[in-house]
Amino acid sequence: MKAPPFTYHRPDTLDEVLALLSEYRDDAKILAGGQSLIPLMGLRMGRPEHVVDIGRIPHLSDIGIGDDRSVTFGALVRHEQANTSTDVARHAPLIAAAMPHVAHRAIRTRGTLLGNMAHADPAAELPAVAIATGATFEATSASGSRRIHADDFFQGYLDTALRPDEMLTRATFPTWSEHSTGTVVEVARRHGDYALVGLAARLDLDPDNTITDAALAFFGAASTAVRASGAEQTLVGSPANAETFADAAQAVSAELDPPADIHGSTPYRKHLAGTLTRRGLAAAMATIGAPA
Amino acid sequence: MTTSDITPNSTPNSVPRDSRLAAETASGGTVIDMAFTVNRTPRQVTVEARRTLSDVIREDVGLTGTHLGCEHGVCGACTVLVDGQPARSCLMLAGQAEGTEVTTIEGLARPDGTLHPIQQAMMDAHGFQCAFCSPGFLMSAVALLDENPDPTNAEIREELSGNLCRCTGYQSIVAGVERAVELLRGEDDSPPTTGATTPANGAAS
Repeated sequence: MKAPPFTYHRPDTLDEVLALLSEYRDDAKILAGGQSLIPLMGLRMGRPEHVVDIGRIPHLSDIGIGDDRSVTFGALVRHEQANTSTDVARHAPLIAAAMPHVAHRAIRTRGTLLGNMAHADPAAELPAVAIATGATFEATSASGSRRIHADDFFQGYLDTALRPDEMLTRATFPTWSEHSTGTVVEVARRHGDYALVGLAARLDLDPDNTITDAALAFFGAASTAVRASGAEQTLVGSPANAETFADAAQAVSAELDPPADIHGSTPYRKHLAGTLTRRGLAAAMATIGAPA
Repeated sequence: MTTSDITPNSTPNSVPRDSRLAAETASGGTVIDMAFTVNRTPRQVTVEARRTLSDVIREDVGLTGTHLGCEHGVCGACTVLVDGQPARSCLMLAGQAEGTEVTTIEGLARPDGTLHPIQQAMMDAHGFQCAFCSPGFLMSAVALLDENPDPTNAEIREELSGNLCRCTGYQSIVAGVERAVELLRGEDDSPPTTGATTPANGAAS
């Protein structure tokens, strides 16, 4: 397979990248790890006239830990780098939990977290982690930077709030509270495939194990990652136990309306979403008190 | 085919490289000069920027041991090491490999022909049938063993989960990696085998 011809740019500075984006806009695509873009071009589903390879830009591979223990990823942080980072395991445990589900090692060594977010596949794990944790994205253009909350970032199938002249330069995951627990679970046809349905869940608990806040972010269940806000409301204020989780699972199955495709019907995916809710929340509770 | 036909830099198909490049250049895409290292040998090629690393390795460097199955990152047959890390060579553009050190299946055996332990182990365990997928499996296994010389069965299965085989049912491939662990540890108590002449090799097909 061969991509359609394109003009290849390999700038050395971020300023050059931004200048190219403002010049070519919709005709340009950023190449980071390329694990989604290259197959899309090979299959001729994407035909950018200009490919802007950011691989030479320095300082984009940093994982920064803030004073508040928030975690910030640069645009060239690769999945395997996050997967093996003790800082990520400690301060962004939901990212760490997602990583083993993301493709395979030979893809994770190349693919980037921010590329994954900007690609916005509805069945990918990381966008769900971003909305479950309240991540913030930094979009940068030649005219400056702006911050976009994860809730506003994912707008539709492979569609984000990024403008054509903007590059996704940072993703920041807020402080993971010591009162939080969470998990990422999914059902896929083969290990490493995109999920049929998956769940990134976060529960905040008070000392009596009453749920004070909940996030149930599903992937593979709509045109973007989505939160099941009705089910979340059934969780808040309730004790964190199997009965509560079963109620939430029922609410999830009623609330979500996943699209059908050759791999699974809508009722089947609703069923999976409910099952994953029960399993995932039980798994999240099992990590409480477990050594980090 | 004589040995000289498969030496690096020969072009495996009949179209002369320069004329092919000229035809491609007419498409209007960027052409780049690219320097990188393949199996410890420095290489310099002039290719279209849209060319994948796998095509560079096969067509321009002339090493056809790297196989192409799906060409969109699913099957793992084209797995090579890039700076020691496993990567799908079909999912890298030529320019992304500039300045890297690439290791392909041809880089495993020693120049004198002595097989790498993973190659010997796969022969011992009959981990090949049609062998189309084998280069990818072996490079994935090498990446695992470089990092973790004593993997569990589950870790081997996890590492190899990105490679597809349609012949073996995978059991003999996993057994081959476990055998390589033994060979690398120096625990070679079994009688010496020379895979190619093992009767069971032929019986497997």
